[in-house]
Amino acid sequence: MASSIPASVPADVLAVEEARGGRVARRTRRLVAAGVVFVALLALMAITAPWLAPHDPVRQSLRVRLAAPTLAGADGLAHPLGTDHLGRDVLSRTIFGARVSLVVGFAAVAVGSVVGAALGILAGYRGGWTDTVIMTVADAQLAFPFVLLAIGIIGVLGPSFPTLVVVIGLSGWVDYARVLRSQVLVLKGREFVDAIQALGGAVPRIVVRHILPNVLSTLVVIATLQLARAIVLEATLSFLGLGIQPPTPSWGGMIQEGREYLDSAWWISIFPGCLLLLTSLVVSRSGDWLRDLLDPTLRSE
Amino acid sequence: MRAFAVFLAARLIRALIAVWLVSTVVFVVMRLSGDPVPLLLPPDAPRSEYARVAHEIGTDRPLPVQYAVFLGHVVQGDFGRSIHFRLPAMRVALDYLPATVQLGLTAFALAVLVAVPVGVISAVRRNTAIDHAAMAVALVGQSAPTFFLGILFILLLSLKAGLLPTSGRGDWTHIVLPALTLGAFSMASIARLTRSALLEVLRQDYVRTARAKGLREWRVVAKHAFRNAAIPVLTITGLQLGTLLGASVVTETVFAWPGLGRLAIHSIYNRDYPIVQCVVFLSALVFIVLNFAIELAYGFLDPRIRPR
Repeated sequence: MASSIPASVPADVLAVEEARGGRVARRTRRLVAAGVVFVALLALMAITAPWLAPHDPVRQSLRVRLAAPTLAGADGLAHPLGTDHLGRDVLSRTIFGARVSLVVGFAAVAVGSVVGAALGILAGYRGGWTDTVIMTVADAQLAFPFVLLAIGIIGVLGPSFPTLVVVIGLSGWVDYARVLRSQVLVLKGREFVDAIQALGGAVPRIVVRHILPNVLSTLVVIATLQLARAIVLEATLSFLGLGIQPPTPSWGGMIQEGREYLDSAWWISIFPGCLLLLTSLVVSRSGDWLRDLLDPTLRSE
Repeated sequence: MRAFAVFLAARLIRALIAVWLVSTVVFVVMRLSGDPVPLLLPPDAPRSEYARVAHEIGTDRPLPVQYAVFLGHVVQGDFGRSIHFRLPAMRVALDYLPATVQLGLTAFALAVLVAVPVGVISAVRRNTAIDHAAMAVALVGQSAPTFFLGILFILLLSLKAGLLPTSGRGDWTHIVLPALTLGAFSMASIARLTRSALLEVLRQDYVRTARAKGLREWRVVAKHAFRNAAIPVLTITGLQLGTLLGASVVTETVFAWPGLGRLAIHSIYNRDYPIVQCVVFLSALVFIVLNFAIELAYGFLDPRIRPR
């Protein structure tokens, strides 16, 4: 940045610019920290759900069907976010629903990042035919609406946890592969890689010990952005009835169940939906902030 | 011109590879889903009957042969007969295609017509309350799950305010909410991009020159800045058209819009796999053809994008 500033700019202006840059970076760091705290709290909520939730999330009670948010329901119990059409407590279901979102989200990101990073590094490091084949498949995947194919695949194979994780995970591998490939291409030309090669370093060792640490921050940024995508995709599939099956509570499934009662009992859909929206917003913004902080060159808006 | 022909050929080959990969994935998934023969037979059918049906639909042949036969059928647009509609799958799918195209194009037009002016105003009135508010809405629009946005619109605009119908396809009021829902993500992306592209251009020397010679601000923005900012905006806008198609499955389901997406979901529930295959393939094909057409258009619009 400094090189683009003309030499005639007085030193104090430069100092002001620098101080501003420092302030912005500090603010970004705080925002990222806030995002991490949010996800940590969500995870804590998911883990401690059996103790945190006031009621059993799948227990039905016909006496309190479609009860509005209340602290003293017809069954004498508090339902702060109301109950659904089977009399199940919406707050408890929303708390338990975080489990599905986070477990599927993180597992899918793990699958996508491992496959994508491996193929991206392979394509960048090996070059030649390997590169051509991998990148052709990546381009082809980008060339059609994968969500539709995902829906078709899960619809035909039937929804199950492994199918969901693999399909959602693989829907995002291209992002990792493309970015890591280009980074590896740059790294490969650097002296330290040449030096290790000249010293007789084996390829797997070079990749794991010397390439991987250098692309790790990029990997974290993409994984964060992909986590938001995976959580939304899982909720979308659950909404379509193709996700984790009832009675296990999931946010997408709850929104679907409440859809018929939107006019009379909006709380069934809206509370889990708002938490989903908030999670998606915070996680994807954290990814943006993380990118600004770790790797401004990735900015592609 | 020759370089352009080579560029086109490369893109065409890429499009064909994509079509081939989609068909292959469809084939593999159908085979993974298990033996289709029992679905076509009564539960107490004798073994001879099983063999006859297996022979008829070709599942008794080796896999590579089945794959070749399948590809041959795909090329002819033949995905078999729908179990539910008792018609060729392709004919059923083509019946539902116009509704999807109508929704997609309306959503797209709405997104562009709202997003570009909002982006321009945000950039020109940078750091004002209008800018902050517009960009906050855009950020939410970009990360909001489509189906939940649809639910919110139904709740607030149809059920509470009573402004628009909740679902179905009828007069123009029926398309407003689905198009808004489907277009929300694109609208947000295009607005943010227009703003940042315009801000980038407004920093350039030629804009300063235009201002220095005393041009009115709106003329500087409209004539000098906006035209140069339009190129990245066009690129993203083209890509959005394809994204809309993928997202329309969800929107159609929320609003009971009788298009391809809803057909696909219903066919999955009915286990009507010929239709599912056909819709996935048809959508992929439309998407690929669309992207190809957009790339063609760029080649003519901006000579710099024509590579090599």
